[in-house]
Amino acid sequence: MRQRDFENRYRDSWAQLDAWLKGAGKNVDAATLDLPAAYRNLCQQLAVAKERQYTSRLIDHLNQLVMAAHHRVYRQQTLRRRGWLHYLLAGFPQAVRANGRTVALASALFLLPALVMGIGTYNNDALVYAVMSPKDVLSLESMYDPGNRVLGRERGSDTDLAMFGFYIKNNIGIAFRTFAGGILFGLGSIFFLVFNGVYLGAVFGHITRVGFVFTLYPFVIGHGAFELTAIVLAGAAGLLLGRSLVDPGQHRRSVALRLASIEAMKILYGTFLMLVIAAFLEAFWSSSAATPISIKLGVGGLLWLLVFAYFSLAGRGEVTGEN
Amino acid sequence: MLDTTYNVETPEGIDLHARAAGPVPRILAYAVDVLYRTLILAALGIGLAFADTAGIGIWLVCSFLLEWFYPVFFEVLRGGQTPGKKAFGLMVVNDNLTPIAWGASLVRNLLRFADFLPFAYATGVIAMTLGRHFQRLGDLAAGTLVVYREADKAPVTLPDSTPLPPPRNLKQQDQQALISLFERHNDLSEARQQELANLLEPITQKRDSAALGYLRSVASWLLGGRD
Repeated sequence: MRQRDFENRYRDSWAQLDAWLKGAGKNVDAATLDLPAAYRNLCQQLAVAKERQYTSRLIDHLNQLVMAAHHRVYRQQTLRRRGWLHYLLAGFPQAVRANGRTVALASALFLLPALVMGIGTYNNDALVYAVMSPKDVLSLESMYDPGNRVLGRERGSDTDLAMFGFYIKNNIGIAFRTFAGGILFGLGSIFFLVFNGVYLGAVFGHITRVGFVFTLYPFVIGHGAFELTAIVLAGAAGLLLGRSLVDPGQHRRSVALRLASIEAMKILYGTFLMLVIAAFLEAFWSSSAATPISIKLGVGGLLWLLVFAYFSLAGRGEVTGEN
Repeated sequence: MLDTTYNVETPEGIDLHARAAGPVPRILAYAVDVLYRTLILAALGIGLAFADTAGIGIWLVCSFLLEWFYPVFFEVLRGGQTPGKKAFGLMVVNDNLTPIAWGASLVRNLLRFADFLPFAYATGVIAMTLGRHFQRLGDLAAGTLVVYREADKAPVTLPDSTPLPPPRNLKQQDQQALISLFERHNDLSEARQQELANLLEPITQKRDSAALGYLRSVASWLLGGRD
């Protein structure tokens, strides 16, 4: 068959498919076209055109059409209807438990430096200056000084909102960086985990040493349940990426990295949510001066319990990897 | 070897091909995106200046969203093209040339931070130039690549010419050469086309416009034209 006859025979079906692809999802015509069948026919026609060495213009045109249809046919549907609910109730804690060893490693990388630094600064008042400038230490002290408390913490709801924005940008940014650094053979995640551990350890040790415990602990206990866990989890997700490069196992490194990133994202979605919750708590709950310390400590303790119960219990009844 | 074509065989046995985009157009596209983001933030800043301290909070949340999710939003919902990529005819696709979904887009954009290190996307550019398909670290982890989006070519209108059968059977190559000369009549100057047609003078015994007209007629016949 000559090219012109070939084009004449199929021109209408190509035009129809092209029109459908361009306007798909909008007009009612969408139902009139059997996409898989049209796509298979088109593939066959492209193969025939190539085999018969028709002109490159026709082949390019068909190739573009095939590509557009291919996009439509193989569009990935990741959001299933009950996907999100299932993820929150079971998928997220299951993913964390499935990577328990990595999470434990991330926790150790965060907590051990924090512990060492905390004990160190508690016993030695010079050590805090190893991580912070004297100016920072002063502003830190004044922040948690019980004498300042009434002045510093009596703030309007508009300030709460400003602080919320700050916590979102700053804290979630830190978590994302902790994760992203993991692709550098895990080094970035390790750095951020240790660095945050050292810094927070120093803050806690120093403030405890100075004696402002009744302002610091009630403030941090509530959102800390979500924020500290989330930082550790983001670090664990990053370590997963790093491990896939250091020890790819049976796969090629590129494949191992791909698989690890899918696994890591299962953890990271939930981590993001936890950080948003943490920012809410930190801005609107932890900072409120009106709430008595005992209630804050009680609720804070309850939140910690809740977080741990969630990760150890949620989704246990279900078979893992169900979908 | 510098060959940027990227081929994928679909389950239907068809080879799809695309051209991977190198660092330069991607950097330019990124610069455009940065410009847009800055403009949006500046506009928001002016608008929210009236909202006082609460405005600062909203502005910070917006800047957070723009920093991390601006590309994700466009890549997933606008066919793999941020405004910058659109300006340069680029698009992000999975490495099997299917459209990118939330998971892959998030991975490649969160890992932007690692690509940025230690400054100005140095790691990303090095990774791009080392790989065959210009993938930065985020692309490698997400299994994505940035390709040129081929523009729809308008179908060519071929000049009218009465189809004439070739004097004897032509080889496939020769047929294609004649047909492409016919199809490219818009891209080449008339003089150049005649010059090319004159190369066949020993066979056609014609020169200049007559030769070109004759070759066009033959090409038209080869394409299936009949009186």
